[in-house]
Amino acid sequence: MLRAPIRGLLALALIGLASRSLGAPPIEERLGACLACHGAGGQSANPKVPSLGGQHAPYLVIQLFLFREKLRQAVPMNDNTKDLGDAELQKIADLLATMPAPKALSDPADPARIARARRLVTSNRCDVCHGADLSGRDTIPRIAAQREDYLAQTLHAYKSNARPGYDASMAEVLQPVSDADIDDLAYFLARAR
Amino acid sequence: MNSRNRSGLLLGPGVLILVLSAGAVLAQAVAQPLPPGSPLLGRPDTEEAKRLAPIAPPPIPTAADKLPLDKLKAPKDFKIEVFMANVANARQMSVGERGTVFVGSRLVGKVHAVVTRDGKRELKLIASGLHRPNGVAVHDGALYIAELSRISRIDHIEDQLDAPPAPTLVYDDLPKDEAHGWKFIGFGPDGKLYVPVGQPCNNCLPPPTHGQIRRLNVDASGVEVVARGVRNSVGFDWHPVTKELYFTDNGRDWLSEDVPEDKLNRVTKTGEHFGVPYCYQGNIADPEFGWGHSCSEFTPPVALMGPHSASLGMRFYTGSMFPSEYKNAIFVARHGSWNRTKKVGGDIVVVKLNPDGSVHSVEPFITGFIQDNNYVGRPVDVVFLKDGSMLISDDFNGAIYRVSYSAGAGTAH
Repeated sequence: MLRAPIRGLLALALIGLASRSLGAPPIEERLGACLACHGAGGQSANPKVPSLGGQHAPYLVIQLFLFREKLRQAVPMNDNTKDLGDAELQKIADLLATMPAPKALSDPADPARIARARRLVTSNRCDVCHGADLSGRDTIPRIAAQREDYLAQTLHAYKSNARPGYDASMAEVLQPVSDADIDDLAYFLARAR
Repeated sequence: MNSRNRSGLLLGPGVLILVLSAGAVLAQAVAQPLPPGSPLLGRPDTEEAKRLAPIAPPPIPTAADKLPLDKLKAPKDFKIEVFMANVANARQMSVGERGTVFVGSRLVGKVHAVVTRDGKRELKLIASGLHRPNGVAVHDGALYIAELSRISRIDHIEDQLDAPPAPTLVYDDLPKDEAHGWKFIGFGPDGKLYVPVGQPCNNCLPPPTHGQIRRLNVDASGVEVVARGVRNSVGFDWHPVTKELYFTDNGRDWLSEDVPEDKLNRVTKTGEHFGVPYCYQGNIADPEFGWGHSCSEFTPPVALMGPHSASLGMRFYTGSMFPSEYKNAIFVARHGSWNRTKKVGGDIVVVKLNPDGSVHSVEPFITGFIQDNNYVGRPVDVVFLKDGSMLISDDFNGAIYRVSYSAGAGTAH
């Protein structure tokens, strides 16, 4: 099941190798550094580090760009992206997008909390942009089965404007959502399949 | 009022009645209330509508040879060319006394300048790492930059384009809301700086600090509200003869596909109210906030600009290059809709006025940014160079186009 995406990934890495500029570290070496924290199989085991497998390339390009320009703050990412050109951002995003999507948590979930969060997804129309299965599309990220701690941190940061986002739409929709509701959303999304 | 949008929609009383009853049904259908700031408020629960979401432009500009020049159409004898590529997320523009074109951005934190030296055009980075520096305006040799909640300035900007200093603060008594917080700015014939403060939501009762256009002196004194009931204005200019302020305003989302339309407004009395959120497009009482109000309480628009069309940057034409029919007409950049199944806008329209300042007609000028219901570019602002030619910024491609006229040149793309 993992073979096809990995083959694709290698092929893309070779294309990247062929077109890279002389003197810069090869793109697959860069990717190795990404996966050391974000998880080699597309699923992160590190606290507050997001899983990137199956994430959409247009979304990833935007985030890599924001890190490079220091418009989104995260010390390792601002450093890791600072000397990447636009074409390299695109290549890394394309490679990550071919990796398998993360798997949802399968612990015995609190049914009342899940039901509460489902209502929040509907009333705040999360599913309208992110899709009925919350897998996202284009510039709108996959949020199903993302790490719970990362989701909670991110949603709180959008609400407080600590992370303004690319086009401000998440800051806008989260203003009236309570902190407790944000935690319920993160709990549910990490278990959404 | 004789207003007609690009799709040929004429608004009459029959349309209005249908819309009001549709609004009532829609209000009942929304079972769970959405938060007041949500752009999704009023979104109907249908598959078609579910595909509608704001469209984020890519952060990386389109290569010069990939720009959609061959898709753009202009009237006979007008020519469109690329003025400058690689101006990431190009938004508001302002032209300096020596011809430098300054360009703000909304999503990439940068202000650029296009400098022409010895006939050669160069792109320079003026500032970076700013927070939504959408607005730029040159006044008395200084470049004013409007970020989300802060206006700053670089004096003698055209003397220091190679090594511009960091901007210094002018005014920051502004709300920090992200929603409709980016700004278009301009200097009026009164020498004052005009600053809009949008509604912090799709449709809500604003605090008194929001939903307005205010003006102030360059030392930030004398702050005064010029227009109220403004939802999100991203373009304005002053009539060259009457000196009256005209501004575009974006109508609310999720009421319906065809209404409300965006507006072109004219300020004739300082502080007058243009209706939002009680009344939209001059004749639709809002289904939620319109109760207890009549549209007759508010100043109606001078023209309707198309539903969800995102009518943004606008300027009066005072140059001598274009034919005389364009003299003192308004050119408006329509960024294009997202909250509509069939996209509208994605063009430059020309608004011709009667001698009394009322609107004579709204006509297409540059079209073609929408192809097969997809954007190949999205125009944000128009300005004019000293020679009378027009520049158009495109935030989707990160490009600036130039439109020039030459009698007998033939049909341009």
